[in-house]
Amino acid sequence: MKHLEEKIFKALMVFASVTILAVLLYILYVIISKGLPSLNWDMISKIPSGGFYLGKEGGILNAILGSIFLIGGSVLISMTVSLPVALYINFVKRKDSTFSNILRFAFDILFGIPSIVYGAFGFMVMIYFGLQASLLGGIIAVSLLIIPIMVRSIDEVAVSVPRDLTEAVKSLGATQYETLKVIARQISPGITTAILLSVGRGIGDAATVLFTAGYSDSIPTALGQPAATLPLAIFFQLSSPVEEVQNRAYAASLILTIIILILSFSTRYFGRKISKSKL
Amino acid sequence: MFIRLLKDKIARHTMMGLSLLSLTLLLIIGGGLLWNSLPILREKNIFDLLFTSNWKPFKGDFGFGTFIFSTLFITLISIALAFPPALLCALYFSEYATSRLKRWFSPVIDLLSGIPPVIYGVWGTLTIVPLISEKIAPKFVDFSTGYSVLAGGVVLAIMILPLIVSILIEVFATIPRETREASWSLGATKWQTIKKVVLRRSLPGIIAAVVLAISRAFGETIAVLMVCGNFTDMPRSIFDSCYPLPALIANNYGEMMSVPQYESALMFAAFLLFIIIVLFNAISRYILYRIKKKYYL
Repeated sequence: MKHLEEKIFKALMVFASVTILAVLLYILYVIISKGLPSLNWDMISKIPSGGFYLGKEGGILNAILGSIFLIGGSVLISMTVSLPVALYINFVKRKDSTFSNILRFAFDILFGIPSIVYGAFGFMVMIYFGLQASLLGGIIAVSLLIIPIMVRSIDEVAVSVPRDLTEAVKSLGATQYETLKVIARQISPGITTAILLSVGRGIGDAATVLFTAGYSDSIPTALGQPAATLPLAIFFQLSSPVEEVQNRAYAASLILTIIILILSFSTRYFGRKISKSKL
Repeated sequence: MFIRLLKDKIARHTMMGLSLLSLTLLLIIGGGLLWNSLPILREKNIFDLLFTSNWKPFKGDFGFGTFIFSTLFITLISIALAFPPALLCALYFSEYATSRLKRWFSPVIDLLSGIPPVIYGVWGTLTIVPLISEKIAPKFVDFSTGYSVLAGGVVLAIMILPLIVSILIEVFATIPRETREASWSLGATKWQTIKKVVLRRSLPGIIAAVVLAISRAFGETIAVLMVCGNFTDMPRSIFDSCYPLPALIANNYGEMMSVPQYESALMFAAFLLFIIIVLFNAISRYILYRIKKKYYL
């Protein structure tokens, strides 16, 4: 009897896991099979021309470049905040000090805040400073979104740095700051992973940039100009009644999915490097 | 030497400043949202805002009832759909699977959580929505566009599933192997051990995972917005369209600056989301910290 129960539940567990795998494959299959027919060189090399939204010529280079500029700026800003914070709570303060744990807790909560709230807050700040929807506004909002991810994933690697390393560096007469530079180099694969993770999260998020970055058919050349982004390009084109435009939304979805797949696999690759360097 | 010490001092203070600043970020966001929702809170009774569902912004009626109900409805469905398979999958991978199988499967969970919301939205409109309107709904109701509570719930369920699985696997890993071995040595099968030992011991962790998933489901915007229809009528069944809070903010914010109360009302919606999610997150993270601490001691 108890062995029958065992078998039934084990079968259910395998079934659940296989279903999850099947769902993922199905999602990828739908995105690829719908997107591939409309994907062509024009899509990724041209900006929208006149009548683009009625199904005429053009591509979404504006959105691809917009997304890249946006995420580039955000990574720069969030890195200048996250790396010092992660190093501070691990090496200047004690790893398990109350202050460090409170900060970790705060970042875990910030990590859970939905992107729409960051978007709304970002927009509120922009109005306060009299900014229009622009590349800069988007960069600020996306930075807020990815700072918690970055801090927590750098922190995860930093926690595992042995005390001996910091003590060895300090015994050579290095100041705290110089010690941190050595540590930063030591955990650089972890920092790379953190960047890749936050790029993946930031590049695919639509709700943060919806109000803050705006949308534009041309490639932004200054921080004050509105910028198109990939998720919004998909979102807006999908709501069009014209079939060609909808098909382009599918192609854009495929492009975004490919970017995410590449990021995900590189994250794995660097993650493996970390566990190797630990040995 | 002096320059080295100066550099050190500057670096130290910058790091401390940044840390303190990010600590106050939660307060700044919460305070800012509250400040901007004050105009509507001053004019309306908070109970009227939360529990009536008369939504006519241009006439000055702001009842969030429908939106709050929609959010709860969709969240409930997504948790009901996601939790059982997530639990089974997490149990399989922490109790039965070989480490080689685990290595093969962990990218699946990573990828599911890495796929952007907008892609889930596209997938939902391509597959789930027509499935509901053509196959499922006709069996129960006369007519459904497919853009419905159920569609939102299904898409949301897939999105929160990887979160639940990865937290549960972490939780199960905190139960020491000796505890399981003690149970096996008494003649219990693996499943009996899971039922009587693993699940019972990790109940707080399981609750924490569910609470965390609920708060994630609350705030999800774009994917839900794309499949749930966005009508301001109260949904009567899972085949009716609905209009959750985040979708309301996303659809209207930034355009409705001409009606001052409207903007404030949307800010109040954002504040509501913020406060609920912060609360839920704080509770579940606290439980998870306690579990992990016990384990490391």
